[in-house]
Amino acid sequence: MLKKRIIICLDVKDGRTTKGVKFLDNVDIGDPVIMADAYYAQGVDELVFYDIMASAHDRGPTLDLVANVAKTIHIPFCVGGGISTVEDIRATIKAGAEKVSLNSPAVRNPALIREGAAIFGNQCIVLGMDAKRDPAMPSGYRVYINGGRVATELDALEWALRAEELGAGEIVLNSIDADGTRDGYEITVTSLISSRVSIPVIASGGAGKPEHLAEVLTTGKADAALIASMVHSGEYTVSSIKDSLAGQGIPVRR
Amino acid sequence: MTGIIDYNAGNIRSVELALNKIGAPFTTSANPAELSGMDRLIFPGVGEAAFAMAELKKKGLDSFLRDWAAAGKPLLGVCLGSQIIFDHSEEGDTPCLGMLPGIIRRFPRDFPEKGLKIPHMGWNDLAFHNGGSTLFNGIPEGSDVYFVHSYYIDPADPSLVTATVDYGFPVPCAVKRGSVEAFQFHPEKSGTIGLGMLANFTGGTAC
Repeated sequence: MLKKRIIICLDVKDGRTTKGVKFLDNVDIGDPVIMADAYYAQGVDELVFYDIMASAHDRGPTLDLVANVAKTIHIPFCVGGGISTVEDIRATIKAGAEKVSLNSPAVRNPALIREGAAIFGNQCIVLGMDAKRDPAMPSGYRVYINGGRVATELDALEWALRAEELGAGEIVLNSIDADGTRDGYEITVTSLISSRVSIPVIASGGAGKPEHLAEVLTTGKADAALIASMVHSGEYTVSSIKDSLAGQGIPVRR
Repeated sequence: MTGIIDYNAGNIRSVELALNKIGAPFTTSANPAELSGMDRLIFPGVGEAAFAMAELKKKGLDSFLRDWAAAGKPLLGVCLGSQIIFDHSEEGDTPCLGMLPGIIRRFPRDFPEKGLKIPHMGWNDLAFHNGGSTLFNGIPEGSDVYFVHSYYIDPADPSLVTATVDYGFPVPCAVKRGSVEAFQFHPEKSGTIGLGMLANFTGGTAC
């Protein structure tokens, strides 16, 4: 049976892992390579590195980080942040990442999804989407870009369906309303999008305890759950989360 | 020495890094003359079947691989490399290498309606068949390995199947005939379980 994946997100700024709340107030929480190795040893299923300053900076340090992570862990990992051209995708994959997450650049240039998928395969192209509740939109959720700061005219469900059609192999769906709150994932939007697309959906934003993951992986119909602060804080480990999920009958890799 | 076949089809970096980790020496090459001197070959690949076949032909690797297998030398196909050793792929209606009998098929279109996403992506557990494989030595049945694929192997001869994975039905995901073996999953991305299989193939050290 296919397992529900637990994916840890490391927000990276200037080569260090940071954690912010609602995209603000980032604090340094450690070396991303050392953290990746520790989570790998704990049995995490996948990792995501999100370079929160990349669009404003030279990508060199991020590619060095990707190369060092690839040497250390032997599970899939995805890299996002500032990847806006086919050449950026190529360099990131070549450095050792399996997947790239395209967020704002995909909104500005949707053809990037199609071009990336044609060259590197659908499995390589992850659509990163920041969605926020908005009753004015058909699905009730609006897509934001630039780290959640800029509203677009895109409806979250329509954009997800379009990205799938363009060739995205997976969607990381981040709820701006829930992000950093540790009050639980946004179940409604996750369930809505996951039940309408045929590609896997990774729920993101709001995880604070294992029950939140259980909820989004069942009621929310998510294929995977992204977590950050609940493990970065040391409050939970990957194994304690998986023990809890397994105890609730959710299939996880042990 | 293990040869890794590099034919522009996806990323081989993760295979190289996995072999580094288990201390198995390797040479990466697209040159049949260089590869012919190797003890064993890993044939990786991600991407699209028709593109991959065109690249293989361009480099003369198609006939090289058939001769290699016919000579009874060890070959391990991985992911796309496990598919295009068969006769034909539905992906782009592509004639493949024909080293093993069978067809590569797409997962049924109605899978998502049943809650089975395409691609089949993530960790899923192995059931061994036909006695498994020596590459599974030290690997417990039921171990999870990492998959990502939208097409699957449908061998003409069920006795070739060494492992299946449950995704809507028992999907063949490891095959063996003589010196040729192939994994649909990614051993290089399957943590210590996958590294153990690669160590069994290369003579490296599991870790």
